[in-house]
Amino acid sequence: MPIRTVYQATIEHTQILDERGVLDPALSKPGTPGILTDEQVLHLYERMLEARAVDERAFVLQRSNRMYTYPQNKGQEAAALGSGFAMRRGTDWIVPCYRENAAMVMHGMPWHHIYLHWMGDERGNVVPPGVRVMPIAVPIGTQMLHATGIAWAAKLRREDAVVITYFGDGATSEGDFHEALNFAATFGVPAIFFCQNNQWAISVPRETQTASETIAQKGLGYGAACQQVDGNDLFAVHKAVYDARERARAGGGVTIIEAMTYRLGDHTTADDARRYRDQAEVEAWQARDPILRTRVYLESKGLWDAQRQRAGEERAKAFATEVVRAAEGIAPPKPEEMFDHLYAEMPPELRLQRDTKRTSSLGQDPSQAGLRSEPQRA
Amino acid sequence: MATRQIQFREALREAMAEEMRRDDRVFLMGEEVAYYNGAYKVSQGMLEEFGDKRIIDAPISENGFAGLAVGAAMYGLRPIIEFMSWSFSLVAADQLLNNVPKMLYMSGGQWGCPVVFRGNNGAGGQLGSTHSWCVEALYANVPGLKIAIPSNAHDAKGLLKSAIRDDDPVFFLESERMLSDKGEVPEGEYTVPFGRAELRTEGTDCTVVSFGRPVNFCVEAARELEKEGVTVDVLDMRTVRPLDIGAVVRSIKKTGRVVVVDQCWPFASVASEVITQVCERAFDSLDHQPLRVNTDDVPTPYAKTLEAEYLPHKGKIVQAVKAALHRL
Ligand SMILES: Cc1ncc(C[n+]2csc(CCOP(=O)(O)OP(=O)(O)O)c2C)c(N)n1
Ligand SMILES: [Mg+2]
Repeated sequence: MPIRTVYQATIEHTQILDERGVLDPALSKPGTPGILTDEQVLHLYERMLEARAVDERAFVLQRSNRMYTYPQNKGQEAAALGSGFAMRRGTDWIVPCYRENAAMVMHGMPWHHIYLHWMGDERGNVVPPGVRVMPIAVPIGTQMLHATGIAWAAKLRREDAVVITYFGDGATSEGDFHEALNFAATFGVPAIFFCQNNQWAISVPRETQTASETIAQKGLGYGAACQQVDGNDLFAVHKAVYDARERARAGGGVTIIEAMTYRLGDHTTADDARRYRDQAEVEAWQARDPILRTRVYLESKGLWDAQRQRAGEERAKAFATEVVRAAEGIAPPKPEEMFDHLYAEMPPELRLQRDTKRTSSLGQDPSQAGLRSEPQRA
Repeated sequence: MATRQIQFREALREAMAEEMRRDDRVFLMGEEVAYYNGAYKVSQGMLEEFGDKRIIDAPISENGFAGLAVGAAMYGLRPIIEFMSWSFSLVAADQLLNNVPKMLYMSGGQWGCPVVFRGNNGAGGQLGSTHSWCVEALYANVPGLKIAIPSNAHDAKGLLKSAIRDDDPVFFLESERMLSDKGEVPEGEYTVPFGRAELRTEGTDCTVVSFGRPVNFCVEAARELEKEGVTVDVLDMRTVRPLDIGAVVRSIKKTGRVVVVDQCWPFASVASEVITQVCERAFDSLDHQPLRVNTDDVPTPYAKTLEAEYLPHKGKIVQAVKAALHRL
């Protein structure tokens, strides 16, 4: 047979909770592993409200110059929370880019630290002991290689840890994505590549970014398990990540999950998406807002109503106020702190620079001390 | 020639548009350059005028479009590649440093690489350490490249036009912090040649050498010093490769003192290079050891207060000049 098919594949798209808030009975049969319980959905719904409130507050802060810029989660809460919830806090690793705040918080990153970061303070990336959340990564794509390395280390150390890394649709154009996925699959490491396909990379639509039909299928070329899910469906996202996690733990290696979602807000608070996006497109996605969908579901089960919604929104607003208070309550770093954490142990020449406040070349000549704006040590 | 006041970004846009009108081999590619009009609005309106064959939104693949530009240039086109920030050029380091500057050399003079790579360089906007790169020191080390770093709108336009016409690769370093600054720019056609420093203020007591954004802080410092009766030559190098060391030496022969102001880290910086060459060529003219004002030797801090303290500024420059004059 001179010509034969050597490879064939299909990519599945999974939706469990549809746009009308109705669960698919076959996919959500009680007892199915990875299907959320009512209590879990209620818990996650409250976290969604919090995430939305904190996002909206950040917008206000940025407009009043109290925050530099901030990438909102808005519209992607189900993707962040459903995936984060499927990972085990303190055991699994979260390797974020910058648009999954709620997932980071779920794993122990304090919300006010995320604020602190975007207010322009490195200390925002500091996590409490035992929290397995890596720093926010703004250089597009770099974190995926780190995730592969962490997963490989977990494997070598024979630890029961799975790594999930987050990235956008745009990030799949970087070489780092392809190299990370290739290594992860080739080394068979316990990793999950979670793409938040929010259809836009700043002003560049998904179709300009790649001619590929789906992002999930990019995993085929590397030998990863590939799946697409409705990213605004809390159930489908959670189930996909849960399954990928269990597969990884069982030695099944890497999975790429493409969550189809939409950035309801601007790219960051420094952007204005109205200049390049069609209002009709935005409205269509607003109707598929994951918060709305989850709420309709909860209401249909008698677990939620208008009164609880009001109370929930109030709680979320108060929560956001608390986050602002905590972030703004942290005193700005002192000038000499810029020398900290550069080396495991501070080298003498750096110490001299810090303590004498001399500019670089003048540090060599003791007669020229005190060349900084304000004296600091005697 | 009649002049008018335009922004730095408008000067860049005029340079690109004029060169694209006169040479249809020129195109602009980068992230957000087309439909968004540039992340910093440098290419505003260019998609409309030149269409999407010449103003091209690239996928987020810096290594990809840097390398693609090399190939396009080898086949006779004249690419302008915009990096949203030079910080992101690091993703393309192998293309930029291992291919671009060596293509002509390694092909025995056959395949040149006339690409202009341009974008924002330098800190000052609270973008955190990964987005605040000053690449001039890092890249100036590599032979085969030309590096232009204007301090004002006039030079931005003239240098960029020269860069686009140049047969060699040019790294063109702009600053987000200066894009809205206005300056006098001639109405008509002009270019600014590479390798020619420009005197911004004239004096007799000290030579202050700088390039890019900090030139403006040097001029502020010169005004401040003047109140105390100290006058300085502020030399704006405009390109660091080629480096107009002749202009520096001529000035030092008059003043006997030199302070180099450089927004990069001190170690192996362009300031180090200027001072080395000064020692090699004008050692006997020096009345004081050469001094330099760089940033602190740490990653760019994220916090506003720390970042301001880290960067060269007027106060540091004034003090360094006074130190050179034993007036502290
Ligand atoms: C290496 C690098 N190149 C470019 C940028 C500038 N940039 C920041 S966010 C962004 C778009 C990313 O889009 P996507 O990956 O889809 O994520 P989203 O913001 O939509 O969540 C770009 C181009 C960067 N931060 N790093
Ligand atoms: Mg995106």
